[in-house]
Amino acid sequence: MIWSWEVFFDVIPIIFKGMWITLGLTIACYLFAVIFGFFWLLMDQVPSKVFRWTVRWIAEFIRSTPPLVQLFFIYYAWPMVPVVGVSLNPFAAAILGLGIHFSTYLSEVYRSGIESVEKGQWEAATALNLSTSQKWLKVILPQAIPPTIPMLGNYLIIMFKEVPLASTIGVVAMLHLANDYGAQYYKYVEPLTVVALFFLLLSYPSALLIKKLEIKFNRRFDKKYVTES
Amino acid sequence: MSTINEISLVLLKGIKVTLIVLVFSILFSTLIALIAGLSRSSSNLLINKFTGFYVEVFRGTSLIVQLFWFSYALPGLFNIHLGSDIWAGILAISLNYGAYMSEIVRGSIAAVAPGQTEASIALNMSKFQRMRIVILPQAVRMMLPEYGNYLIQILKATSLVSLIGLTDILYYGNIYRSTHLSEAPAVYLVVLVFYFILALPLIAFTRKMEVVSKKGVAQG
Repeated sequence: MIWSWEVFFDVIPIIFKGMWITLGLTIACYLFAVIFGFFWLLMDQVPSKVFRWTVRWIAEFIRSTPPLVQLFFIYYAWPMVPVVGVSLNPFAAAILGLGIHFSTYLSEVYRSGIESVEKGQWEAATALNLSTSQKWLKVILPQAIPPTIPMLGNYLIIMFKEVPLASTIGVVAMLHLANDYGAQYYKYVEPLTVVALFFLLLSYPSALLIKKLEIKFNRRFDKKYVTES
Repeated sequence: MSTINEISLVLLKGIKVTLIVLVFSILFSTLIALIAGLSRSSSNLLINKFTGFYVEVFRGTSLIVQLFWFSYALPGLFNIHLGSDIWAGILAISLNYGAYMSEIVRGSIAAVAPGQTEASIALNMSKFQRMRIVILPQAVRMMLPEYGNYLIQILKATSLVSLIGLTDILYYGNIYRSTHLSEAPAVYLVVLVFYFILALPLIAFTRKMEVVSKKGVAQG
């Protein structure tokens, strides 16, 4: 089999249609993960130690097992679960599966952001007689959020690269289209190369942008908040 | 309970392939990461840019796309047959995670305090001695926790090789599910538990290394 430019240019518009689905799915999964990530943080505030320990190990379990298996679980196995089981379409299953998987990572990002704020800030806010909500809104969060923004951006790119997993449960995005084309004409090289190029074209500039953001926020963070003696 | 035993027995058939892919991927990706990370810290512009290109290509595209590329496109395009699919899987995972991990190597070398380099220059050490005796021992300690995290990522990535037809844990799980449709939840839960058990030593390693890395690195 020889590389054919004809096929290469033929598949670009076909794969391009799938790009919008990939991008849409990425954003949907990401939003789900960003919001659901707070859930783990909240669960960690429950006073019961046994409860917290359980939640942490559940999060560890989700974090350290393959997202592919989790997708299969939600898509193929969830409908069979008695009482609560419902059949999901591939899109919903992908959003739920990948969203839950990445929410466990994002909760760590939030946690590290909050922990990066020095203890003295909380004590100083207490000394100024601020209420708990004032402490969070005016002192802690404005300092905790900037350092997490580059990390959140990184996870958006990581999510983008994990979304092709959804092709395995039948979401017709880029990779699925490429494999379909390959199976139909027995030409895998060109479509798969086009998919790889699309990924590279979309993720590399975003990675550069995030590097810039990182530098910007670090600088702002240094100047504004950190006063070293 | 008997179904769980039955499922476990079926899945055990796949554990060999999962472990082979895991061990070889860890070995190769560590090697690639060290070479690429050192090349990225090199002052030779050609080596530096070439490695940068490799790292960006493999980090910029998705692992699953690379896996399909290696298993379908490579034999077709260059008539390269990597022996069997297992090598396509190992190669894709190693090159992908090697690229990610090379960034830890580069970052850790850059994070060693500049005073250490200056001091070793003052001691009249050669470039090679400086790297081997002063910089790397400190950088390696800093790498270890992130390295442990990536080992867990590699373990999770090995599940993808079932998509190119390798008979790993997930592959046998899928086979079992296709004949026992109503037991799907149990099948996939047991598969998840299998992967979690494999991940436990890696989780312990990462936690231990977090403690180790905090000692013995010069600050400032």
